[in-house]
Amino acid sequence: MAWLNQVVQGVLLGGYFAILASGLALLFGVMRVINLAHGDLAVLGAFLVLVMTDHGVDAFVSLAVVLPVMGLVGVLLHRLILERSLKSGVLTPLLSTFGLAIVIENLLFEKFGADQRTINIGSLAYDSWTITSQIIVGKLYVLIFVVAVAVLGLLQLFLSKTSLGRAMRATAEDPDTVELVGVNSRAVYALATALALALAALAGAFLGMRQTFDPYSGNTQLIFAFEAVVIGGGTLWGTLVGGIVLGVAQTVSYQMVAEGWIKDVWGGAGAGHIVFLVVLAARLVIGAVQERGGLRTVLGRA
Amino acid sequence: MTLLAVENVDARHGLLQAVRGVTLELAEGETLALVGANGAGKTTLLRTIAGAHRPASGRIVFDGRDVTSAPAHKRVRAGITLVPEGRRLFTNLTVEENLGLAARAGRPGQWTVDAVLETFPMLEPLRRRRAGRLSGGEQQATAIGRALMTNPRVLLLDEVSLGLAPVAVEGVYASLRALIERGTTILLVEQDLSRALSVADRVACMLEGRIVLEGPAGEMTREQVVDAYFGLRRARRNGGGSA
Repeated sequence: MAWLNQVVQGVLLGGYFAILASGLALLFGVMRVINLAHGDLAVLGAFLVLVMTDHGVDAFVSLAVVLPVMGLVGVLLHRLILERSLKSGVLTPLLSTFGLAIVIENLLFEKFGADQRTINIGSLAYDSWTITSQIIVGKLYVLIFVVAVAVLGLLQLFLSKTSLGRAMRATAEDPDTVELVGVNSRAVYALATALALALAALAGAFLGMRQTFDPYSGNTQLIFAFEAVVIGGGTLWGTLVGGIVLGVAQTVSYQMVAEGWIKDVWGGAGAGHIVFLVVLAARLVIGAVQERGGLRTVLGRA
Repeated sequence: MTLLAVENVDARHGLLQAVRGVTLELAEGETLALVGANGAGKTTLLRTIAGAHRPASGRIVFDGRDVTSAPAHKRVRAGITLVPEGRRLFTNLTVEENLGLAARAGRPGQWTVDAVLETFPMLEPLRRRRAGRLSGGEQQATAIGRALMTNPRVLLLDEVSLGLAPVAVEGVYASLRALIERGTTILLVEQDLSRALSVADRVACMLEGRIVLEGPAGEMTREQVVDAYFGLRRARRNGGGSA
């Protein structure tokens, strides 16, 4: 039962990873930009929520302000950094967002110091439902998972059912040609960045509710988001699958550490990294095999 | 009345100058065919008119307004639409989604999804199919239909018969004639000379970025166009025979 419990906790944790990864996947899918500041932007969102709760605003109510504000930050990010970097090739956005990540971390450190913070959500932080004596799920974790499914569902509806969403899919495929049918590709890019940053901020808020964070927490979150995207294959619902696989790998490895089967490496998240590396290696091998004309050809040649 | 005027336009790809000092006028309701060898600058000229390529110098005036610095999507809203070479459909979107996308962004007008499907009946059973899974002719019909959905005042067509089976070319040209009868202003790039001469009011021939021959299609002989196409007359004038 202890193992089953860890799997349940891992699945729920996967919901958080899915929200975190969806913004990263969206920007990559639409603009081919790997936003290395994604984790730090999530932490920035967490600090914005923290500031509002410090002024007596309920954490969830504060999201009604923080998410649109981060959306506006996204529009600025597109206009000031991404659009300019994209003009000089695919590697430049990687460098400029890496720089942005460092800037955000240090600005947050200047303003808030190195203290560990957490967002106050009252008893929701530890309220739970008891399924069996061995399986107890935190209400917050269930909420995050439900929000993750809702967010992905809404994104799916937006992309498939609205004309703006279709314009976004078309822009992702061919930004030059959408202009020729009258779509303002710049505006679509700006909207995609705004959405990605709002999603990052939502993930950051949940991060701050479920654990402590500091100005330098973003890097770890970026790695988790990246791992979930790669494991899931980069599609919308793939981020949920990837998030769940990553979450289960992490929680099960904690249990393995607790049982004394393995040593605690990388703070217990080691199994998640290993799954990521295995999936990445498998994808690279499969990709290389397909490029050379399929498994049969490759084996026949060898 | 002049609808579209290209005034002394230069366009480059890096160091390569693809279009050199081209001046063209297109009257409302007119069909102009632009012919010329590969690399003569026809596609670059069309893309420059559509706003997909920035000219190095010169002006593009549409309906009395200078649109030279307007981005492509604004020109679509003004009424200039290009059917690009190679069709460039959104392959992950269905036929209907491809058409609907253009309807949302373009001008209001007579063209609707139903009107396009009436003009291209072969698309009717395919409306929910992804554009990437269509045949070449079906894709070309969708690409023209998508352009029509923006209700253009001038339609720029870049090699719409390229890579199509002869029967598909027939279909595309039959629908082009229907468009011309409806009074659509068309600027057409075509490799097939007889087709160009049969469908157009006027023909312009490009060579190495310049317009070297221009006139009414009815008054032009095939030989005149072929000479201009390959630059034979100029070569003869220069005393060489090697061109």
